Amino acid sequence: MGRKLLLEKAHIPGIRSYEVYRREGGYASVEKALRMAPADVVEEVKKSGLRGRGGAGFPTGMKWSFLAKPEGVPRYLVCNADESEPGTFKDRYLMEFIPHLLIEGLIAASWALGSNRTYIYIRGEYAWIVDILEQAIAEANANGWLGKNILGTGFDCQIYVQRGAGAYICGEETALIESLEGKRGNPRIKPPFPAVKGLWDCPTVVNNVETLAAVVPILNIGGEEYAKIGVGRSTGTKLISACGNINKPGVFEIDMNISVEEFIFSDEYCGGIANGKRLKACIPGGSSVPILPANLLLKTAKGETRMMHYEGLSDGGFATGSMMGSGGFIVLDEDQCVVRHTLTLARFYRHESCGQCSPCREGTGWMEKILNKIEYGKGQLSDIDLLWDIQRRIEGNTICPLGDAAAWPVAAAIRHFRDEFEWHVKHPEESQRRNYGLAHYADALTTV
Amino acid sequence: MTQFSDTRLAEVRQIIDRYPEGKQKSALIPVLHMAQEDFGGWLSPDTMDYVGSLMQLEPIEVYEVATFYSMFNTEPVGRHVFEVCQTGPCMLRGSDDIISYIKAKLGIGVGETTADGLFTLKTVECLGACGYAPMMQLGKHYREHLTPEKVDAIIEECRQTVA
Amino acid sequence: MIRGSSYRSIPAKYKDMADEIKMLKVTIDNITIEVPQGTTILQAARQIGGEVAPPAMCFYTKLKGSGGKCRTCLVEVSKGSEADPRPMPKLVASCRTGVMDGMEVKNITSGKVTDARSGVVEFLLLNHPLDCPVCDQAGECHLQDLSYSHGKEGTRYEFTRRTFEKHDLGPYIQLHMTRCILCYRCVFVADQVTGKRVHGVLSRGDHAEIATHIEQSLDNEFIGNVIDVCPVGALTDKTFRFKNRVWFTKPVDAHRDCTSCKGKVTLWQRGDEVLRVTGRKDQWGEVEDWICNTCRFEKKHVSDWVIDGPAKIDRHSVISQGHYTGLDKPKETFSAVHGGRAPKLLMDIHSVSEVNRPGIALSEIQGPATSDTFNIDQQA
Repeated sequence: MGRKLLLEKAHIPGIRSYEVYRREGGYASVEKALRMAPADVVEEVKKSGLRGRGGAGFPTGMKWSFLAKPEGVPRYLVCNADESEPGTFKDRYLMEFIPHLLIEGLIAASWALGSNRTYIYIRGEYAWIVDILEQAIAEANANGWLGKNILGTGFDCQIYVQRGAGAYICGEETALIESLEGKRGNPRIKPPFPAVKGLWDCPTVVNNVETLAAVVPILNIGGEEYAKIGVGRSTGTKLISACGNINKPGVFEIDMNISVEEFIFSDEYCGGIANGKRLKACIPGGSSVPILPANLLLKTAKGETRMMHYEGLSDGGFATGSMMGSGGFIVLDEDQCVVRHTLTLARFYRHESCGQCSPCREGTGWMEKILNKIEYGKGQLSDIDLLWDIQRRIEGNTICPLGDAAAWPVAAAIRHFRDEFEWHVKHPEESQRRNYGLAHYADALTTV
Repeated sequence: MTQFSDTRLAEVRQIIDRYPEGKQKSALIPVLHMAQEDFGGWLSPDTMDYVGSLMQLEPIEVYEVATFYSMFNTEPVGRHVFEVCQTGPCMLRGSDDIISYIKAKLGIGVGETTADGLFTLKTVECLGACGYAPMMQLGKHYREHLTPEKVDAIIEECRQTVA
Repeated sequence: MIRGSSYRSIPAKYKDMADEIKMLKVTIDNITIEVPQGTTILQAARQIGGEVAPPAMCFYTKLKGSGGKCRTCLVEVSKGSEADPRPMPKLVASCRTGVMDGMEVKNITSGKVTDARSGVVEFLLLNHPLDCPVCDQAGECHLQDLSYSHGKEGTRYEFTRRTFEKHDLGPYIQLHMTRCILCYRCVFVADQVTGKRVHGVLSRGDHAEIATHIEQSLDNEFIGNVIDVCPVGALTDKTFRFKNRVWFTKPVDAHRDCTSCKGKVTLWQRGDEVLRVTGRKDQWGEVEDWICNTCRFEKKHVSDWVIDGPAKIDRHSVISQGHYTGLDKPKETFSAVHGGRAPKLLMDIHSVSEVNRPGIALSEIQGPATSDTFNIDQQA
C-alpha cells in the first residue's frame, strides 16, 4: 500500500467541515509557514522537487522563484481549478471531499509569494463545488486563517472563488488570467510570462489545485522528506483519475513507484479491465498525451516494466512512450474503436479552440472532418497521410499548447493503430457493424 | 423588465468588491451567470445590454464574452437542459446510447427543445466526470452513471417540479 | 529664457537615453545588422528588406497588441543570443519576439520555416471563399500575395467551406465575414483609433466572427480605417463597391485641409473621377496616417484635393501592371514577375472584371468562385 499524503484523511466522516479538518491536524502547515520567512517556504518547496500537477510538470519551487517582486506592485497567486482535460477529474475530487486542504495550501503559498488577494479560478460546470469552497473559505475566515493580520504576523490575505463559464482553453494560464479579467479566454502571446506580467499586468503565479494542496504535506513533513517519496525527479505522490473500461474508475493517490501493470490490475487501484475483457490501449495522462497500445503500455520498448511516474510514462519519447500529463488515465478495452475515440477527442479540441491563431482554428476542424469521414466508412487511404500531415503542421506552430494537445492524440493513434484506420477505409461496411477489436496490440499482455 | 432584485444587486456589488479598484470588468462572467439564472435561462440582447450598463461596459464587450463561453446560452432554452457529455471517456462507457435514448424518449434532436418548452437536449464536451460516466449536467448538478432507467427517473423528476 | 533653460536640460536627458538604448546585433538569413534594444525580429528583418522580411497578416505597427495570431511570420531562431546560444525549441512569431544580442534567425533559409508557412497559408485559405473575381480587395489583397509567394497550388480540403450570415455595418463599410482571417486588426483600430467599439469578435474557434451581434452601423468619424487595415476583402469601402478593379485605377497622393485628420491620402482615380480614397500606405501595406471618414467617403471630387503626385506602388503589384501612368511600367510580363507561374486566380479576375455581378450571392456557391459562376445566363 502506497503512502497517502493528500487523500489520507479524505474519507474521514465530516472532513469537509472545519472542525473535523482542524481536529485531524489541519492548518498546521499554515502555522509553520507563517513562522518562516516567505523565501524559506519557497526554498522548502524547491527542496521537495514538487512538479506542477496540471500537466506540464514544471518544478513548482522554481516557478515561484521566478516571480518578479517590483516595489509597490501587488503580486497574485491564482489557483487553476479549471480542470477540463478529458479523463481528468482529480482536482474536483480534492475540492469536493477535502476542500480545506486546498485552502490551507493556498494560504501557505500566498504567504510565500506575498499574495494578498488570491483567486481560485474554477470551471463553471463545477457549480456546486463553488459552494463547498466558499463555505470552507468562510470557515477559515471565521477562525482567523484568512483576513487581516493572520496569526498576528501582519499578513493580510483573502481568497476568492471565480467561476468560469465553459471553456477548456481557460486551463491555459494566460487564457485563465484573461478570463479572470472578465474577457474572452484568448491565450496571451508570451513573453511576457505571468511571473512578470500576469493578472492585471502584475506578477502572478498560476498553480494547479493538486500542486497547491501538495504544499501542505511538504511543509508538514519537510521538503527533503517529501523528496524521498517516489523515484528520481518524480517526487512525492500523484493523484491519478482513472476512467474508461476498468472495474474501479475513480481517483487514486500513488507514490510514484509502482508499475502501470500494478496500477491497472491490482484491486487497490483500477481493479482490472471491466467485464472480463482484455486491455487494448490506454491514454495515461489526459486526452492530449499519446495513446499507447497494451504492449507498449505495460513494457517499454526495451522490454522493461513501465513505471507510473514522469520518466517512466515518457520513456521512449513519443515514438514508443507517452506522458504523465494531468494524470487522467483513460483505459480502452478490446471492444473499443480507436478511430471513434480519436474522433471524439478531435471534436473536443475543435470545440475548445479559441480561434485566435490559424493553425489551430482551421486545423482542428479539418482533422475532425477527416476522422468523421473515416469513422463513417467514407475515408480513403490518402486521408490517413493527410491527417498525419495536418497534425504535423499544427504542432508547435500555435500560440498556446492547445494546438499540440490537438495534434498529439491524432499522431499517436495513427502511429500505433494505423492498421485499424486502414481497416476502416478498406472495410467501410463492416466497420459500421463492428469494431476492429484487439488485433495484435495485446500480444505482450500479461494479466496479474 | 430586465432588472436584478435589490438582493441580487447587493450580490453584484459584493462580487465587484473581490477585485482591486477599477477592475470591475472581472465581475462580468459571474454577473452573466446570475443574469442567465434570473432572466429565463438565456442571455437575450436585452439582458446583455442590461449587464453592460450595470457594469459600465460597452455592449460589444459583453457580447464578445457571452458568445465565447459554452455555458452561456444566447438562444432561448427549455426549462430543463440536459447537457450530455459525449467526449472519449464517456463514449467508452456508452454515452452514444444514452444520447440516442434521450432523443427517442423526448422526441427531439440534439440542440432542440420539446414543444412544451420543458426539455432541451444538448451534447457537451468533457465535464470532468469521466470516472462516473456516462453523465450529464442538469442545472447546477451532475447526474452520473446514467442508464436508461436513470434517465427515465430524471425526466419524471423534472416533470414533477413543474407540476 | 525659459526656452534656453529647457534646451540645456534636454540634451542631457537625451544623452542618458542614448546610453540606455543598447544596440543589439542580429543576423537574419546570414545578413547581420544592428538594431536598438526593443526591436522585434520582424522589424529588424524589415530594415534589411526584401525577401528577408517575413510576411505578416495580423501584425500592424501602429496597432498596439496586434500580431502573433496569423502565424505567417514564424521564423527559426537558431541561436538565442550571445549569452544563451541555445536555439529556441519552436518556431517563433517574429512580430512579437524581441531581438537579443547575437541572435541568429533563419527565415527563408530555413526549410522548417518555409514548410510551416506553406501550412499556415493552407490553413488560412481552408475556408476562404476564393471569390477574388468579385472581391474588391483583389489586386491589393495580402492573402492573395501570400498565397502566390508562400502557398502551394490547390487545396487538399474537400469539405463545404464555412460561411457566415451577412451583417450590415451601415452606409460606408461592407463586412464580408466569409473572407475574414481573424487578424483582429479592425478590433484594435476601433479600440485605439475610435475610442468606442461596437464591433468585435464573437463566438469562438472556427465559428469566431467579426460582428456587432445586434445589427448596428459603425459610424465613428475614424472607423473607416478598418478598411485600410483589413488584409483581405472582409471589410471594404461601400462607396467603391464594384465600381472598378483597383488595377484599372490610378493612385495619386493628395491632401486637403482637414480639421479632424491630417488630410494626407491616396486618391484612386479613373480619368478625373475619384473612385476611392484611402490612407497612404508604406511598402509593408501599412498606412502612414489614419484618415477621417469625411476625407475617405465624402470628398470624391478632384477639386476637393490638392494633388501631390503619383503614389508609390510596388512595381510587383498587380496595380502597377494596370493602366498606371506616372511611373515606369515594368517591361516583364506578369508571369515573368511571378517566376513563370500562371496567375491562376488573377486570370479569372481579368476575364470577369467587366461583368461583376453584385446580385450573385457568393455564400451560396459551392467551392471557389470561377468565371463560370458569373456566366450563368449563358450556360442556361
